[in-house]
Amino acid sequence: MKEVTTASFEQDVLNADKPVLVDFWAAWCGPCRAVSPILEQIDGETDKLDVVKVNVDQEPDLAMRYNITSIPAMKVFQGGQVVKELIGARPKPAMEQELAAFL
Amino acid sequence: MHDLIIIGSGPAGFTAAIYAARANLKPVVLASSVAMGGDLMTTTEVENFPGFPEGVQGPDLMFAMQQQAERFGADVRMVDATDLELEGDIKRVHVGDEVLEARAVIYATGSEYRKLGVEGEQRLSGHGVSWCATCDGFFFKQKQLVVVGGGDSAMEEATFLTKFADHVTIVHRSETFRASAAMLERAEQDPKISFLTNATLDEILGTEINGTEQVTGVVLRDTVSGETRTMPVDGVFVAIGSDPRTHLIHGKLELTADGTIAVDGRSSRTSVEGVFAAGDVIDPTYRQAVTAAASGTVAALDAQHHLAAHPAPALDEA
Repeated sequence: MKEVTTASFEQDVLNADKPVLVDFWAAWCGPCRAVSPILEQIDGETDKLDVVKVNVDQEPDLAMRYNITSIPAMKVFQGGQVVKELIGARPKPAMEQELAAFL
Repeated sequence: MHDLIIIGSGPAGFTAAIYAARANLKPVVLASSVAMGGDLMTTTEVENFPGFPEGVQGPDLMFAMQQQAERFGADVRMVDATDLELEGDIKRVHVGDEVLEARAVIYATGSEYRKLGVEGEQRLSGHGVSWCATCDGFFFKQKQLVVVGGGDSAMEEATFLTKFADHVTIVHRSETFRASAAMLERAEQDPKISFLTNATLDEILGTEINGTEQVTGVVLRDTVSGETRTMPVDGVFVAIGSDPRTHLIHGKLELTADGTIAVDGRSSRTSVEGVFAAGDVIDPTYRQAVTAAASGTVAALDAQHHLAAHPAPALDEA
């Protein structure tokens, strides 16, 4: 999954042609480590949605801009707007169900 | 067909796996897709697990248990059991569309955090309401926080949160604490922590900030005078205990009045032959990593005994 930074966020996420799921994560977050391979799989299985990640330690400005207070936080951006938000790790089927509109 | 399937991957599940694997039962451990390692994965320093004089990080302890189980042949899978068929000699454990069969099952799914059940809790979950200080504390630098609860986990959360927050108020409904003396004392001596006893949290308030609603305050009630007041806070951490995680076995295994799985005496035998239970899911009282591990041992030995007494039927000639 592509790492997105404050510098590349506009191009990679806000101005993207298709919906982008942004996974806000950190190395010290156990549930983030659990959710990462699931998102990796989803990314590989669909062309309709891009999946990228933002390290909140390295990009505190992005975390603040999007009011992240709990991770893993997954936000789907479409046309520059947050259209869907998932907070907390969950099994792949549950994830796919909630993201069904974008897969 | 497997000999043994272990559902759960906390100290009970992994210790059962270590014993069962050493007994050559080649256990399959369904470790969960997102909660492998159980509750210790979201703790920091564990200071009361014997053998670690300097303490050990919760996740490190769980990865070590996993490796120890795998070293002896346990098959640890990061998947979730979704349904169980427990009656009869052959137990079927559904993992989505896949069905695993085994002659014995150890159920060690632990417990899940209790919710306050107040207005705003669900709506603001992930927006200032949290159950995991180690996951979310980072986002509350220089903030004002409330921790609800009076046990060890409340003290641990509050102490951990002072690394980030300016101030943490522990709200507890009575005047006495279930927390151990050591944990309580550490919190009491922390200048960033204050205590509000005989108080309940009645509501969590939020306000829209940059397009999303965030926690901005709580409504507190004095349990003696009945008086309520609003306190501005940026985050609420809930640490009021946990309940056994039994949703998959409702109607399949007998439960106790406490909601834990009923077992026969000091054994791990449940109401269904060949099904054993271990750890927090059978323990309404102690719920420690060490007691869970011991309980996992009991279950592995009981399962081993059961399997020896009920040998596998001869395989059909293929």
